[in-house]
Amino acid sequence: MGYAPGAHPHPPEGTLARTDGSLLEANHVSFSYGTAEVLHDVSLTVRAGEFVALVGPNGSGKSTLLKVLLGLLRASTGTVTIFGDAPEHLTERWRLGYVPQRPELVSEIPATVEEVVSTGRLARRAWWRPIAATDRDVVRHAIASVALGELATRPIGELSGGQQQRAFIARAFASEPNLLVLDEPIAGIDRGSQTRFRDSLVHLIAEHGAGVLLVSHELSAVARDVDRVIVLKNRVIFDGPPSELTRTGVSLGVHREDLPLWLEGLG
Amino acid sequence: MLAALPLPYPFELSFMQRALLAGVAVGAFAPLIGTFLVQRRMSLIGDGIGHIAFAGVAIGVVTGVHPLWTALALSGAGALGLEYLRSRRKASGDLALALFFYSGIALGIVLLSRELEPTNIMGYLFGQILTVNVAEVATIVAVATSVVVGTLTVRRTLFAVVADEEWARVAGLPVGPMNTLVAATTAVTVVASMRAVGILLVAGLMVLPVASAQLLARSFRGTLIWASTIGVASVVVGLAASRLWDVAPGGMIVLVAAGTFATVTVASSTRARAHGKAERAAASIDGPDPATAILADSHSADRLARDGE
Repeated sequence: MGYAPGAHPHPPEGTLARTDGSLLEANHVSFSYGTAEVLHDVSLTVRAGEFVALVGPNGSGKSTLLKVLLGLLRASTGTVTIFGDAPEHLTERWRLGYVPQRPELVSEIPATVEEVVSTGRLARRAWWRPIAATDRDVVRHAIASVALGELATRPIGELSGGQQQRAFIARAFASEPNLLVLDEPIAGIDRGSQTRFRDSLVHLIAEHGAGVLLVSHELSAVARDVDRVIVLKNRVIFDGPPSELTRTGVSLGVHREDLPLWLEGLG
Repeated sequence: MLAALPLPYPFELSFMQRALLAGVAVGAFAPLIGTFLVQRRMSLIGDGIGHIAFAGVAIGVVTGVHPLWTALALSGAGALGLEYLRSRRKASGDLALALFFYSGIALGIVLLSRELEPTNIMGYLFGQILTVNVAEVATIVAVATSVVVGTLTVRRTLFAVVADEEWARVAGLPVGPMNTLVAATTAVTVVASMRAVGILLVAGLMVLPVASAQLLARSFRGTLIWASTIGVASVVVGLAASRLWDVAPGGMIVLVAAGTFATVTVASSTRARAHGKAERAAASIDGPDPATAILADSHSADRLARDGE
């Protein structure tokens, strides 16, 4: 991503993806909690420079799929590869940026935005090594890229929900990832924050060729920028450009309430 | 026995100086590890491990092995067992704690019921800092130094893991080793502190200074510094007060830490009220600052959104 002057924006030649530029691939993935099948034969791909939105109604298996893709849960059948490796064998974890839905972090102990974002650098270096000047530069740029520069030394608990979410996005940016996975990042945040959030993602994709997988049921802020929409309802029921969705009468950008309603009746 | 240093009353006597040295070491490192426990919302784990240590002390008394080592072995195993249950979600945090808590104390009571003179157990339960010998002081200081150096070296990674474990796992941070480190360090802290404040009060010294520190600090680094400073100050003031009024030092040290928390709470809420009043006065004179108004709007919008979820 090259937030720091002189930082290496991309991984060494040939390591970005082993085959066709795909960063993340799920092939015929199924997953069950006990006897209840939550995911059935799910296949999807996220390629370099691509902005993919994964949408679906509540209970459609979005969160479970995300956990399987990230290696937090193991698929019952099927395979997942990130940068060509199974998630559990992925060694360069920094290449995968992750923004959780409800970070547990806002809690008892005060921590500044800078301290939280700095933890994003830990995956890039041996964890016992002290933070170097380059790391500080990258952290500063990551904070600036989500427009929180002036709040860098403020305790994160004092920030609004939208500002906090941006801080967690900056934490993911700090490892200069090739693939960014975001879980419901715009749920319940103010419009100004949504716009800044959109700008940060577009910058990440355009300038650094990263792939983005955004899990959300509200796409209005990024509707015009999404390359592909995947609709999940325990299985993939749609995978294509947003224009195809609009043809079915769904507007991703104008009527925010339309999408979830439409999804409920789909499949 | 070392000669007394020329310190003023109440630390002019050599036993008070040994107590001061051991106490300052404990006061510095117990809240340091306590900060990570509070962040993980496991403030009472020190208490649970203290009860397991009690069983360890009892085993030592019965078998003739030095109770420090048996307490360390048992509380170490207990801490790792608790961490196993927590991480595998085999039992909820407080249920797992209750299981170890009561098993530990029950085992200790059963074992000691066979002893004819279990009086020396009181020193472990309530602390006997005034009777620590040079070897014990050296052990406590060595443990304290290792814990402080170790914790500070990996503080960023430890913070990342205890603050947001799922994210840390995805980021490839050493979640398992860090969790084991926190559990093992907690056991070591409890055992090393039990001569100073006693098994029943160890958790107080680990957590109460952190409770004050989180009200005073505005960063994680600041919280660590404040917590250790308040821990050390509580020991010094508590020891001095115990000499002055001839009361139990362990209890006095923890009471000072609790009193500090009460004072800091009152002071910070008074300051917050005064700050709010000044802001309201400024707003009524100048009218709302546009930037503040926008910020306030987004705050309330977010709060509404969060409340509505």
